[in-house]
Amino acid sequence: MTVAPTDLALLAAPIARKRGVRDYVRRHPTIVIGAALLTLMALMAIFAPYLGTVDPQALSPIRRLRWPSAQYWFGTDMLGRDVYSRTIYGARVSLTVGISVALLASGFGLLIGLVTGFSRWTDAIVMRIMDGLMSIPAVLIAIALMALTRASLENVIFAITVADVPRVTRLVRGVVLTLRELPFVEAAFASGTGFFRILWRHILPNTLPPLLVQGTFVAASAMIVEAILSFLGAGTPPNIPSWGNIMAEGRSLFQVAYYIVLIPGAFLSITVLAINLLGDGLRDALDPRLARRM
Amino acid sequence: MFAYIVRRTLATIPVMAVVALFVFSLLYLSPGDPAVIIAGDTATLDDIARIREKLGLDQPAYIQFGSWVWRLLHGDLGISIFTNLPVAKLIGQRVEPTVALAISTLCVSILAAIPMGVLAAWKAGSWIDRVVMVFAVLGFSVPVFVLAYLLIYVFAISADLLPVQGFVSIRNGFLPFLSHIAMPSLALGMIFSALIARMTRASMLDVLAQDYIRTAQAKGLAEGKVLIGHALKNAAVPIVTIIGIGVAGLISGVVVTETVFAIPGLGRLTVDAILRRDYPIIQGIILVFSAAYVLINLLVDLSYTFLDPRIRY
Repeated sequence: MTVAPTDLALLAAPIARKRGVRDYVRRHPTIVIGAALLTLMALMAIFAPYLGTVDPQALSPIRRLRWPSAQYWFGTDMLGRDVYSRTIYGARVSLTVGISVALLASGFGLLIGLVTGFSRWTDAIVMRIMDGLMSIPAVLIAIALMALTRASLENVIFAITVADVPRVTRLVRGVVLTLRELPFVEAAFASGTGFFRILWRHILPNTLPPLLVQGTFVAASAMIVEAILSFLGAGTPPNIPSWGNIMAEGRSLFQVAYYIVLIPGAFLSITVLAINLLGDGLRDALDPRLARRM
Repeated sequence: MFAYIVRRTLATIPVMAVVALFVFSLLYLSPGDPAVIIAGDTATLDDIARIREKLGLDQPAYIQFGSWVWRLLHGDLGISIFTNLPVAKLIGQRVEPTVALAISTLCVSILAAIPMGVLAAWKAGSWIDRVVMVFAVLGFSVPVFVLAYLLIYVFAISADLLPVQGFVSIRNGFLPFLSHIAMPSLALGMIFSALIARMTRASMLDVLAQDYIRTAQAKGLAEGKVLIGHALKNAAVPIVTIIGIGVAGLISGVVVTETVFAIPGLGRLTVDAILRRDYPIIQGIILVFSAAYVLINLLVDLSYTFLDPRIRY
């Protein structure tokens, strides 16, 4: 998920490599800020047990609804659980969902997109199905799937992936249809290169940059959808502290203890912002023609 | 043009057919016996048998689908498991707050976003442009319910200016309606206006680089006339398109916003249905929302013929 700045420099342009790190930061500030914030969140999630946290599920009825203080940095909730620990552990859920959905949706989307891009009759059928799926708002698809399965993290990831695959498929198919008509692909076909070799050497590599950009946006929206599902009571099971769950639990007490809702909300917003910045920056770096416009 | 309108309208039929098929087959795609899951953990065997019969799960799938579609075409969305009332009636009762919220959100977002996008493109590279772009990125990143609670904190708890939650119909007075709908529309409108502002800016930048804009400026036309009359008019197609596509996000946001602000609309109905696993209601709501989305995008596509008479299909 987090791409080291040096790798990005390789992707962006050879010139960037020559000019050094400082120039790279100046040219692509959003990538650097986004990657830095995201790395911070990832480290926080990985090292959650060592960051002064206690068991995020530990109940303590006498310490209910304590305001943020030196002892309870983010206060405690109505069951006396430490909101700081819950928030830090919550990063694990959000990042897991974001990364898993981005990888799964990109994988399936790439596969279906490549097939539909080359086979006219599958294209006709599959794209009609994708058109239909895309006219159902993503959150509703996920809600419908979650309403029928038992709440678990795997099911949340599956439900959000189903909702995101059509968009990725459409993108890959579009890229393939464009590439197919380009002279270098035609030349490869004309000179007798095998179909799978063309797919592997010429088509696939060219779908990756837009897929990488799309993947970041899928990850960002997956995190928001997970939080929405959990917030509505159709997402991650309540025994796993996720940012959406913490907010859902704080909902009824918002007027007396708004920190329970606002703190995980801020963490969610910052993480999504980091991914969006990274995605915007990557798009600018990978497609200079678009950079000017968006 | 007439042929285009007919063809585009007919094209919505396969899309809605796929939506219907998806909604119907959800029951079968899910692992396990849907009747058992809908019945919940405390259900007896009798309860499960009753639900199975009510959903028609004791018949072959193609017969179920056929009779389901037949009833659908007659406006029958099935019967709610929990309340035993027709789903169509339950949805009908909840439409008004949702439509009111959606329309006021659309108005707020479009009125805020298009001037922002036009200004940003006109003064590209200036501080105005930067502010608009920062707003656009933030708007995409702050989830609607986080923003909603932030607004509640600022305007309802700290300042005590607006009611925390609830909904008042416009028939009971415009001011009470406005004071209740203001915060939900702002919260929901943020992401939508970020989307529109971004697209307006991008589309305007393209158009402003065209020769006819330079001609208009060279012949001494007032800057405002160039921007609105020449540039915005020609930049309209992508903007209208993104508004249509953005309605999907708006619908997702409605469900959340209604929950935060306790608005008794379709979103609340959805959430209640999830908690009770009242599947016919969830199916009905998905169908209604998707039909609304398809219809709006049909109108968007049809509007192209007026916005850009060159478009002929």
